[in-house]
Amino acid sequence: MKFLIKNGRLVDPSSGIDNTVDIMVADGRIEDIHPRLEPGNAERVIDAAGLVVCPGFIDMHVHLREPGDENKETIRSGVEAAVHGGFTSVACMPNTNPVNDNRSVTEYIIARAKKCRLAHVFPVAAISRGLQGENITEMADLAAGGAVGFSDDGRCVMSADLIRKALEYCRMLDLPIIEHPEDHSISGEGLVNEGLISYKYGMRGILNAAEEVIVARDIILQDRIRSRLHLTHLSTARSVANIKDAKARGIPVTADATPHHLLLNEEKITTYNTVFKVKPPLRTESDRQALVEGLADGTIDCIASDHAPHTRDEKDKEFEYAPFGVIGLESTVSVVYDRLVRTKMISLMRMVELLSTNPAVILNLKDRGKVKKGLPADLTILDLNQRFTIDTGKFRSKANNCPFRNWEGMGRVAFTIVDGRVVYESGA
Amino acid sequence: MSTPGFNQRHLLGIEHLSAGDIDTILDTADSFVEVSTRNIKKVPALKGRTVVNLFFENSTRTRSSFEIAAKRLSADLINFNSSVSSLKKGESLKDTVLTLEAMNPHIIVIRHRAAGAPKYLTTFARSSIINAGDGFHEHPTQALLDAQTMRQRFGKLRGLKIAIVGDILHSRVARSNLILHHKMGNTVHLVGPPSLVPKEFESMGAKVYHDLKAGVEGTDVVMMLRVQEERGAGNYFPSIREYRRLFEINAAVFATAAPDAIVMHPGPLNRDVEIETSLADSERSVILQQVNNGIAVRMAVLYLLKGEPNEVLN
Amino acid sequence: MEEKIKAKIMDSRKMERALARMSMEILERNRDAGSLALIGIQTKGVYVARRIRDHIQDMEEVELPLGILDITLFRDDLHLQEHHPKVEKTEIDFSVEDRHIVLIDDVVFTGRTIRAAMDSIFELGRPASIQLAAFIDRGHRELPICPDFKGKYLPTARRERVNVMLKELEGSDQVLIMEPTRF
Repeated sequence: MKFLIKNGRLVDPSSGIDNTVDIMVADGRIEDIHPRLEPGNAERVIDAAGLVVCPGFIDMHVHLREPGDENKETIRSGVEAAVHGGFTSVACMPNTNPVNDNRSVTEYIIARAKKCRLAHVFPVAAISRGLQGENITEMADLAAGGAVGFSDDGRCVMSADLIRKALEYCRMLDLPIIEHPEDHSISGEGLVNEGLISYKYGMRGILNAAEEVIVARDIILQDRIRSRLHLTHLSTARSVANIKDAKARGIPVTADATPHHLLLNEEKITTYNTVFKVKPPLRTESDRQALVEGLADGTIDCIASDHAPHTRDEKDKEFEYAPFGVIGLESTVSVVYDRLVRTKMISLMRMVELLSTNPAVILNLKDRGKVKKGLPADLTILDLNQRFTIDTGKFRSKANNCPFRNWEGMGRVAFTIVDGRVVYESGA
Repeated sequence: MSTPGFNQRHLLGIEHLSAGDIDTILDTADSFVEVSTRNIKKVPALKGRTVVNLFFENSTRTRSSFEIAAKRLSADLINFNSSVSSLKKGESLKDTVLTLEAMNPHIIVIRHRAAGAPKYLTTFARSSIINAGDGFHEHPTQALLDAQTMRQRFGKLRGLKIAIVGDILHSRVARSNLILHHKMGNTVHLVGPPSLVPKEFESMGAKVYHDLKAGVEGTDVVMMLRVQEERGAGNYFPSIREYRRLFEINAAVFATAAPDAIVMHPGPLNRDVEIETSLADSERSVILQQVNNGIAVRMAVLYLLKGEPNEVLN
Repeated sequence: MEEKIKAKIMDSRKMERALARMSMEILERNRDAGSLALIGIQTKGVYVARRIRDHIQDMEEVELPLGILDITLFRDDLHLQEHHPKVEKTEIDFSVEDRHIVLIDDVVFTGRTIRAAMDSIFELGRPASIQLAAFIDRGHRELPICPDFKGKYLPTARRERVNVMLKELEGSDQVLIMEPTRF
């Protein structure tokens, strides 16, 4: 399939380009990039005038639920949701059933995704067997099977010794350890951020420190070990400050934040609406602002949705009993553009860096996150002049636990192109 | 000829009531105290209405208090306890309530361990909802009967100093009382160990004390809360023995309160843990009046809640 | 609903004379004032009852027990209303058992208030008899209820309202017929 993308504004942080160009795609790859290209024998010309062409977006923290919880989401519904939301690749977490702690599960996931021929799926395998936090998994074997990193996400590695060993062992594989920072002995049975609001509304809280002590611990270990450490879904100001300080001291560490932590705060839970029940919890307004600042000044490296689908019935419950989690694949791009770029908190170039360039670097996806001649054609094309309304009724995901439902603004995905095929277009 | 002031369909918490609403409920409760002194303690005011007690936490006293209140108003009452089989079979709260609504109850009284459960009910149920205690959040009828007791004793509900002592963090009684007295402009002291009385409560209009004597001094009401063994297990305090030494109210400490001060307790009482036994039995203790007032206050709430006209009788 | 005065039926002197006459009739009918008790219906019936008690005290030097009765909880129309009306106090500190009760209200209209009052009294005990003293009988009865003593019979239209104004409450004594103003 050969097609020409004409007159699009290419924004690619990896090369620093922000220019109107023509892009020729052929046989799954970028054939040519030039200010003016003739269509020649291209089968299709996409008129991208007024549109923004980016390297394909990568969501490095999603839960696809398959194998085991196909009621909530399947790999198929997950990748459909991904391309609908403008993501050409996703990295999926191992807390499935069975846990992705052995090569056969990793290979199963990759094979299922390949069959769908939509977004790429890069599995993140478990750090510890069964996510029990006691023994490390066969990381080299998992890597050979296609794992792009390791995490016990859903849970934190509570044993400092285990995370130390994991970081050390992983150094020879040059793959990232992704930590879900939450000291379970502090967070206990907490439901929401601990503070005045949790006290007032009578719910057990999760103290800031539950996250911060793990962030601090892992940075101290990483200072010595110098492997690849990534801290996911940061939620507190002190966590951001700690990462900033670590980077200033030359300690290699990366971090991401979710759209819901960047745009919402704990006021949302005062109605006991379970769509806002998430871990880590929504925090105070000053925590939220610190995250946005960290996003702008480079402390936080990428935005990842932590897409966590649950069935309607599971979330339709008393706040205490509903599971934690919000979905994000189909809302992230629009709400991030409208509320962070249009409001000038971050630039468009920075947004693309956060959603594409940096995730590719962190996950070692050498061919992704950039638009370059010869590389596979994964592209996300945005129409920033189009209005959007987040309508969960139109989601491809099986779930609808989206905290941004009914939000309106400007900026939508116009085309999602994976391996040189148009897998989603808004006009269609 | 209706009460224009009181315009609530539900009683989810003191949070949603104005000071005027609280006065109206207590005034109405006064009339019901009178009904309770008669030989035939029954009025037909809620005849034909059905009240459902939906109690997911064991509670004989609150449940029977609501039961007596409903029956004195001639309402039909159905008790639905957590020990009943369908709840054990894992039926969701939503399904349980929707099934109950087939019986057309006008009012559902719910006690549940999840904060926000009564509010959750209002999103899909047709009945009026009364919160009989939701997790650590609120227990509005308790705060109202406590207020009634104070009003009877002091002839007024304003200009009072109230000390609440104990596990504030896990107490819905403390929260409802705090909100109520803050609305009335009263001074509230919260007393207990730091792990159970976080400083943040001061922004809800209270003063926090970790010393019992300092917190009780000069107060008109000393309200003691239950302390639970399980909190000891969570390391909120080392042992009941130590807790008692520091926070049990006895005659000596109580002497520093105002001359006419009273001791209150929401029950059930742990004698010689929260209150020294002789003090619990003294005439300064209004614990029994609290129980009596519970029925009148609950009758007032059942009577006052705005509802749809009775479909059956229409 | 806006209303205006249609007519002034009684002034203060006429009212006092009517009350005095009612009080005398009550005494005459109840030779043995020993077991007699007055119960006034909240709100204005209470004031009328007090005046009657005072007249009887003047005439016979006996102070009859006076009870205050709020009938709200016994109304037959509570289920029709969204808001339940405010309940005033009931204070009857004597036993109604075996007593001759004179039930007193300012106006008797449909008779439903009196029915509720009787139900309420019967919850307290078994009176020997209940007699009804209504200061104004304005007709339009919906129940078989008839005052034994009345101050004045006043034919009215349904949509009108009889306002018995009392010095103790409104500053002057008069009986007015009110009618709704046309829009």
